[in-house]
Amino acid sequence: MTAAPNIIAGTPPTRCGLGFDRIALLAAPGLSFLALFYAIPLALLLFQSLRGPEGGFGIANYVSFFSEPFNIGVLMRTLRVALLTTLLSLIIAYPTAIAMNRARGVWLTVFLVAMVLPMSLGVVVKAFAWSILFRANGALNQIMQAIGLTDGPVRMLFTETALVIGAANVFLPFMVLPIYAVLQQQKASLADAAASLGAGPFFRFFHVALPLTLPGIVAGAAFVFSLSVSMYVIPSLIVGETQQNLPMLIARSFLYLRNEELGSTISAILLIIAIAVVLGSTWLAARLGAKE
Amino acid sequence: MTQTDRIFQTVSWIVGLATVAFLMLPILITVVVAFSASPVYTLPPPSWSLRWFADLQNKTGLVDAVLLSLNLAVVSTLVSLILGTAAAIAVARGQFSGRGAVATFVVSPLMMPGLVLGVAMLQFFRDIGLRDAYWSLLLAHVVITLPFVMRTLLAAMGSFDFSIIDAARTLGMNYPKSVAKVLIPNLAPAYLTGGLFAFLASMDNYPISIFLTDARNKTLPIKMLQYLEEQPDPSLAAMSTGLILLAVTVLVIGARTVGLNRMIQG
Repeated sequence: MTAAPNIIAGTPPTRCGLGFDRIALLAAPGLSFLALFYAIPLALLLFQSLRGPEGGFGIANYVSFFSEPFNIGVLMRTLRVALLTTLLSLIIAYPTAIAMNRARGVWLTVFLVAMVLPMSLGVVVKAFAWSILFRANGALNQIMQAIGLTDGPVRMLFTETALVIGAANVFLPFMVLPIYAVLQQQKASLADAAASLGAGPFFRFFHVALPLTLPGIVAGAAFVFSLSVSMYVIPSLIVGETQQNLPMLIARSFLYLRNEELGSTISAILLIIAIAVVLGSTWLAARLGAKE
Repeated sequence: MTQTDRIFQTVSWIVGLATVAFLMLPILITVVVAFSASPVYTLPPPSWSLRWFADLQNKTGLVDAVLLSLNLAVVSTLVSLILGTAAAIAVARGQFSGRGAVATFVVSPLMMPGLVLGVAMLQFFRDIGLRDAYWSLLLAHVVITLPFVMRTLLAAMGSFDFSIIDAARTLGMNYPKSVAKVLIPNLAPAYLTGGLFAFLASMDNYPISIFLTDARNKTLPIKMLQYLEEQPDPSLAAMSTGLILLAVTVLVIGARTVGLNRMIQG
């Protein structure tokens, strides 16, 4: 690389027209890799879903997907479970992030380990551990009966509640960490200032603390929602085939039914949901950033 | 501090500690089951034994899957670190329009549904005639790991003082050498963190890999799920206990060298 020394000669880097400079070329290998093995395959998939059975373009595949009440049910269940998982995660994560932000020394270590160590347990084993807990003769049922919460064993495995709890357990760190990161940048003096000006705790929470943490909440919620919409292993082990979601339907149409058209169409729908979440959260984050 | 403030604080501590217990629960169950003598998962176990650890010797399929997953995770993480370093320098230092778009694009695979990526790659690889399962998996795993690496490297380089690089170059180093000898050692925590999360994401990927495996190349999560469906006995828990132990070791080393908080926040 004889030309290398010229690439970055001091600050600011030299520009050569069109808003382009040579250091930008360093992004080329990574970008071309992702373009080739990530963007093009996804674009082809979307393109494929617009193909009719006899060639030609149209939304025939989508029409036939949405004309099936079963499919609508699966779509609605997927969105509902994802929404509930996101809400449950947020409710648990917000106070946790606050506690974590106040924690020092050993307690901080305890929180950090709890966030990271579960990631070393694969999602397959984690979901299986939950299915053991939720069994009719499982530990959870025994505890509930022992403390007199319930009279007999309650059916928990194969319920949506169990699925939401299991999913929130796996995705929780992705909600806690962005909120924690935002809290860390916040100055405690802001709340004190508001308090010294006579603001009550509720006013301070809703008008000072909450708006400042919104970027973290948006980032965490977008992440947990997109993870929950596309989860496959967790519902397979906790609720099974009787309550399919979109990813399970995709896997089934490809791996068992060998119906590629259906599989591609559902994949495209799931992809559109994911892209909408990314764009929506980016837009929301930009708006929140602009307000400050 | 008013009474309400104190209630707020107490509640956040109670929820926080409950969350810690909630997050650690699957690990606790896995470890308990691994040392249980019973082949069905009764909790608490009737008696304790090490038989499931001894049993692992006979599970050659599992060992092969561990080796394949380790291979994919190490190679794809290394490739991502190289591609990611170059791309992150371009975003941090380049003066071109669309840097924000580039940053969003390289991190976006994180938010895409895994199964959809798997389907898209399966069809694409078939179209271009790539039939080798190992290479398909490796290319896919670079797509999986690159965003994790990019996320931490972009954040770290955003606050890195690049004039140190200029100084190194004034002293006669060429650009690649100054990156290797100055930039990377200075950003070691980010490299460790990004690399670790990328590695874990690759090890744990099920939804993309399931479309790209063949009978001979099955990654660990795929083998484990198959195993659970065919003959669910606690030897999986025993193996996971081993992997947890490995993770604890890595965390202890990370905490000693980088600091846990810095490691997690990148």
